[in-house]
Parts: sequence; C-alpha cells; structure tokens
Amino acid sequence: MSTQTGTLGPIAAPAHGYTPLLELATREVFAIMLGAGLQPVLGLEQSSTAEFTAMVGLAGQLCGVISLRCNTPTAIAIATRMLGLPASDGDSAVWDALGELCNMIAGDFKGKINGLADRCLLSVPTVIRGGDYRMRSLTDRETIEVSLLFEGAPIWVSLELHS
Amino acid sequence: MKALRALIVDDSSVMRKIVERSLRQAGLELSQVLEASNGVEALSIAQEQEVDLILSDINMPVMDGLEFVRQLQGLENRKKVPVVMITTEGSESRVVQALSCGACGYLRKPFTPDQVREHVLPVLKGVL
Repeated sequence: MSTQTGTLGPIAAPAHGYTPLLELATREVFAIMLGAGLQPVLGLEQSSTAEFTAMVGLAGQLCGVISLRCNTPTAIAIATRMLGLPASDGDSAVWDALGELCNMIAGDFKGKINGLADRCLLSVPTVIRGGDYRMRSLTDRETIEVSLLFEGAPIWVSLELHS
Repeated sequence: MKALRALIVDDSSVMRKIVERSLRQAGLELSQVLEASNGVEALSIAQEQEVDLILSDINMPVMDGLEFVRQLQGLENRKKVPVVMITTEGSESRVVQALSCGACGYLRKPFTPDQVREHVLPVLKGVL
C-alpha cells in the first residue's frame, strides 16, 4: 500500500490540519495489520462507550498524546484479526494488540509530517480499561478526533497536542 | 530452501506472533522460532542456541534493540547472524543508527508479507 506524505509544518500548523493525516494513518494501519477497511461513522454508532483506551506519547518537535479507544467486543475483534486466532475477554493479547495498533498509528502519523520523523519520539504504549474515568491532559492546543467504524462498531483515534 | 531457526525479539507477544506469521507468509520455512521480550532475554538465547536470523524491535524495556545488536556484535560466534530491526520508528536517523550498530536490514511497522520478503530475503544470502 502506498503512503501519503503531508506537507504541514510540525509546529505552526493548527491541530485540525492534522486530521486527514491521522485518519489516513489509522486506515492504513488497520488495512495492513488487520486486512480491514474502516467505514465512516454515520451517527447512531456514536452512542457506544469506549472501554479500552490505548495511548502513545509524542515527545520532541510535536508533543502530545495519541489515543485509540473502543468498546470491549471491538477490542476482542481487533485482537482476533491481528492474531489470526480467537481472542477472548481477559486475554492479555487484547491489551497488547490495542497498544501495538496505537503505536503503529502514531508512528505512521508522524511519518506523514515532513521533517517530523527524526524530531519526534514515541513512548511505549499504555493501555487502560474501563470507562469510568476522567483524563486531564496539560494540553493548551486543540484536540482532534477521528471516528471510524470497524466491523460496524466505532473506534476513536484522538490527538491531543501540547505546545 | 533451508529451514531457518529464527529469534523474534519484541516486548509485545502479539507482534511476535505477527512477525512469525509474516515470515511464513513471506515464504520462509522456519524449523524453530525462539521468542524474547527484550534485549537481555534475546542475548541469553543467542548465546545458548544457534539461530540463523534475528528480527528485533527497537523500543523495548530492560534492553532496547539497538543495545542488543551492539552486544550481539561482541559475541564472536554470533556476530554474523543477520539481524533485521522492526519498529514504528521509520526515521532516517533511526535506520542509520540501527545499521551502524550492526543490523543488516530495517522493516517499518506496519508491514505486509511482501515487505517482509523484500527486506528479509536479501540479508539471508549467506544463510539460505
């Protein structure tokens, strides 16, 4: 699959300018690693609750957090597709798969921004489970979010940028 | 084609399985697949067992992939084992860094079986 490279400057560009690149990175990673095409969200699916959240930090010329969220059945379906074997709730592979996917989305995303690949490092992924939490990031720039459907269920990929 | 003994090094068990599957899908016959979740474990395995090919992640806890390759070069009977780095960090400086440490190739995640074939087969010229 060919990749597309953006021409946005890494610091000056408004965060919303990164939305197409974040969506493209997400689509590419799902297509390559899961053989899955992601569909646009039409509205009704948005009521689903995210129970798994995978996060990868960006540090360097672009600082922030990229997260991937989905509900439990979707997380299990993702792990099953990645492994090629049935995964189940409570299986550590589910956590592992989401963390790796988020890591790859973050890597693919930063690789699409000219000059950023060498000037931005990724943290190791962190995965948390549960929907009853609040997250407060010390972000003072925009947060962008991409919502797409994987096997009919929503996934959310967001980028919170810090100055 | 010779059946290979491969060592796959990644802190993610899912990625280790995906790498193994991709190697097989790329047409490589594997007689044995050894797994390690960091560089320290990988060094220990490489010292004790014969391997024909190593695929290693870079960002790992305990000992990262670059340090692992550096230390592998210090093992007289193992320094000729081809090592392909696999990572999300696809920057040019990372590639140069990996190759200067002793890696023979570089594969960026996400990858397809075709890309595995393209990047792994060339480093196996002296093995197959």
